[in-house]
Amino acid sequence: MHELSIVLSIVDAAEEQARKHGAAAVERIDLEIGALAGIEPDALAFAWEAGLPGTILANAERHIHYIPGRARCMDCGCQFDVQQLYEACPQCGNYFTDLLQGRELKIKSLTLTTAEEVIS
Amino acid sequence: MCSTCGCNQPSDAVTITLIGEEQTTREQQGFSLDMQGDDPQPTRHFHPGHGRRHAAHHHHHLHGHTHGHHHHLHSHDDHDHGHDHHHGKTVVELEQDILQKNNLLAERNRGFFEARNVLALNLVSSPGSGKTSLLERTLAALKGELECFVIEGDQQTSNDANRIAATGAPVVQINTGKGCHLDSDMVNQAVKKLRPSESSLLFIENVGNLVCPSLFDLGEGARVVIISVTEGDDKPIKYPDMFFSSDLCIINKIDLLPYVQFDMEKAKDYARRVNHHLEFIELSATSGQGMEQWLDWLKRKRGEMNA
Repeated sequence: MHELSIVLSIVDAAEEQARKHGAAAVERIDLEIGALAGIEPDALAFAWEAGLPGTILANAERHIHYIPGRARCMDCGCQFDVQQLYEACPQCGNYFTDLLQGRELKIKSLTLTTAEEVIS
Repeated sequence: MCSTCGCNQPSDAVTITLIGEEQTTREQQGFSLDMQGDDPQPTRHFHPGHGRRHAAHHHHHLHGHTHGHHHHLHSHDDHDHGHDHHHGKTVVELEQDILQKNNLLAERNRGFFEARNVLALNLVSSPGSGKTSLLERTLAALKGELECFVIEGDQQTSNDANRIAATGAPVVQINTGKGCHLDSDMVNQAVKKLRPSESSLLFIENVGNLVCPSLFDLGEGARVVIISVTEGDDKPIKYPDMFFSSDLCIINKIDLLPYVQFDMEKAKDYARRVNHHLEFIELSATSGQGMEQWLDWLKRKRGEMNA
């Protein structure tokens, strides 16, 4: 259940940004998660519920952008979509492939609610 | 709250214990000293607490912009300034790895290991694959030749660390409580207690779990995944992440091959599909068969550090 560690890492990063910007809350958070990053969407959703109460992300809208897996065959050079880490090249059946994308685990952006003091 | 598992229970807190260290009466902030009940050796516990959350530095590009209406009305004639509070919206384009904190501290560990010429190995496997038995045999074989240090990761007990301590190697036990993996901060704390000497070997035995530890870089020089022939030969494609991120795959318990249905070539083929850079060593920590190859691998890797 490493998804809880992931969620708590997200909370850490969000709280640091909120402090830096003097924000009171996070309105929205955009995450980028690769299909082959080792994160189960259901487990993440569960951990999200468990890890967030009382944190700055408690009321944040969560937007997850899933990045599909994509690989390149080292033999024929063709590029193809992959659902697993062990897929053969559809052209030549080779397993000598390099993963191009799908391992992302990123906080893309945070929308912070800031209270600013303005002299009028 | 524990940053590993989210628990609130003190019994679930991460503890880091140097086995065999003389008990002292000094009590420092963050340290609690105690003697474990059945443990013949005095032990010292360290509770990393919340200070660990601020260990790493962050470097990222911030491109913030503010939305909202601001009215700057300055009346300079009478110098009458009023204050008004506006709620704005700031979008921070963070583009930051979720595990950045872990990764940065892992790099600090890695830098320390490099500077001290320490080969650090992260040993990962499912429970019961024979990691500790392999370590015992390895430590015995390298005794007098290469100085070895061990970090043991388990959810509970210091049983494994006591087994390692019996070989004479300095060992720190990390109990993760409910945590399912070691992270770079735990290793950082453990290394400070262990103080591995120059040009030594550091074995980090991760929590027995073939899933979660794969995501967490500890700063190791190489990752070694251990499977045994009593497990299924399709393990590499059942748990591909761990094989994807490992450098060496040890296939243990080959003395049991006649009694189990384990297709060695199939297992290797599956593992290569996941990671074609993976090296393999077949051995038995019980009979000693194949141990030479593993010891040679260790010495070669150590040698590469000096190159």
